[in-house]
Amino acid sequence: MTGSAKLFRARQAMGDVVRGVALVAYDGFSARYDLDRVRGIFSRSDHKLAGQSYVGKILVLDTAKGGVASAWMLNEMMSRGVAPLGLVFNSVNPILVQGAALAGLPMLAGFDQDITAAIPHGSEVEVDPSIRTLTVLK
Amino acid sequence: MKLNDEEQDILAGKSGPVALRALQHQLKVGEFFGAEDFVPVTQAHVMADTESLGEAGVRWLEQLAASEGRPRVRVPTITDPRGTDFAKATFLGQTRTMLDLERRAISAFVKLGVTMTDTCINYQTIQAPTRNEHVAFGDTGVVIYSNSVCGARSNFEGGPSALAAGLTGRTPRYGFHLPAQRRATLHVRVDLVPASLNEWGALGATIGRMAGNYWAVPAIEGIGQAPLSDQLKHFGAAMASFGSVALFHLAGLTPEAGRLNDVAPADLPSHRITRADIDGLRDSYRSDGPVDVVVFSAPQLSLFELRDLADLCEGRRFAVPLLAVTSPQVKPDSDRMGYTARIEGAGGTVLSGMCFYQSYAREIAEANNWRRLATNSAKLVNILGGYGYQPILASMEQCVDAAISGKLA
Repeated sequence: MTGSAKLFRARQAMGDVVRGVALVAYDGFSARYDLDRVRGIFSRSDHKLAGQSYVGKILVLDTAKGGVASAWMLNEMMSRGVAPLGLVFNSVNPILVQGAALAGLPMLAGFDQDITAAIPHGSEVEVDPSIRTLTVLK
Repeated sequence: MKLNDEEQDILAGKSGPVALRALQHQLKVGEFFGAEDFVPVTQAHVMADTESLGEAGVRWLEQLAASEGRPRVRVPTITDPRGTDFAKATFLGQTRTMLDLERRAISAFVKLGVTMTDTCINYQTIQAPTRNEHVAFGDTGVVIYSNSVCGARSNFEGGPSALAAGLTGRTPRYGFHLPAQRRATLHVRVDLVPASLNEWGALGATIGRMAGNYWAVPAIEGIGQAPLSDQLKHFGAAMASFGSVALFHLAGLTPEAGRLNDVAPADLPSHRITRADIDGLRDSYRSDGPVDVVVFSAPQLSLFELRDLADLCEGRRFAVPLLAVTSPQVKPDSDRMGYTARIEGAGGTVLSGMCFYQSYAREIAEANNWRRLATNSAKLVNILGGYGYQPILASMEQCVDAAISGKLA
């Protein structure tokens, strides 16, 4: 964390600036394993965000899980308007990065602390990949 | 990233718009991970079932294929399972829309020069990579097997990135292309000998959960005898599925770990796994009630697995559907050896060129009223929870018995 108490700096970043509501959990993420992509909700019953809508939200999660399908699925979700607004993770695997690159989805990863413990669930945040920052607005 | 003359030419558009787009995509990913340069690859393997692609992904492929200059892949580029076995689509309850999307995707891939192998066991059936061979493979099971058992070098390359690697003949040099990244990060002592493929899967799953993320590399001790390819197939596929792990070392067995200290520093965090751990994993999926469907898939079955299954089907009659999924390379041999006839004679169905979870699993569950699913694949039980199934992990023998009685003993 640097500067203001509400600003967090990432080591890895991609995409454009976005502002939105943070959906926060210390859990993994895979578009195939965890989501009902038709209804736009987390569908894996033991996921900490089970039943919650991810559409238009900035996901703040621990790490990427599972297989390679997210590399296509993020783009497919974007095309139907059933996608998150941005992705903020403690760590990511190549699949999520490749998927975000294809979909044009903003992403931050790699913080000096557990970012899921630092960001209040439901807070409004700004992701600015150009300066690799996550800011809690309110 | 440092670009050589050829890469600068691609970026200047001299190799056409498709190679340019592919390299631009690779640059985004490479720069995100701090790659210094590109590394040439000899093979690419593309995961591209149409449930994942959707209309948007198929249209993206069609646009690439229709681009000027007749773009073609530069290195052998093969495919992971498709989203259907066209001959069995009606049995599965798949719709015409799904099949049309599949046909369009196949047509685009063929135009791009991609070889439609439709398999996730290419290391058993097409051409296993060799030690230190840099490749761009998709399907996590393929990557973990190639890295760990073959000693090849690959990251998880999702469909768009694997296709980009095929089109440019290279990939960003980061992750498991770098020797330093291949060193172990945790030590695991195994105090059991898995007795069956589902137990190999459960062991891989337990280690995957323990490792927890893509950058973790387990060094594993306690596996005495050289495991078989099918055993390591289930072990690796489950580890990759549960933990997103892309590389493991088996001390004294896999190519980079002749001795444990070849790959593992002395002060690694250490864990111990006992039979209670893998039994616990299996039991976490246990539930009472009738079994709606039995599935052998994920990864596709080898000829030896089909032979074992055919033996178990002899003189039996199934009360619930039993599906066995294999590759288009293995299926003709299974037919020729009579395995397919024996499995289907008992009421089972042998499918080819698809994988169960990549074939619109949610929709075929709804079409067939399949909810409680028995399988010997730990990878499959991990995936299907999100698709609305209640999956149960059991041995091949127990699964066949369940197909007869309609319940797991």
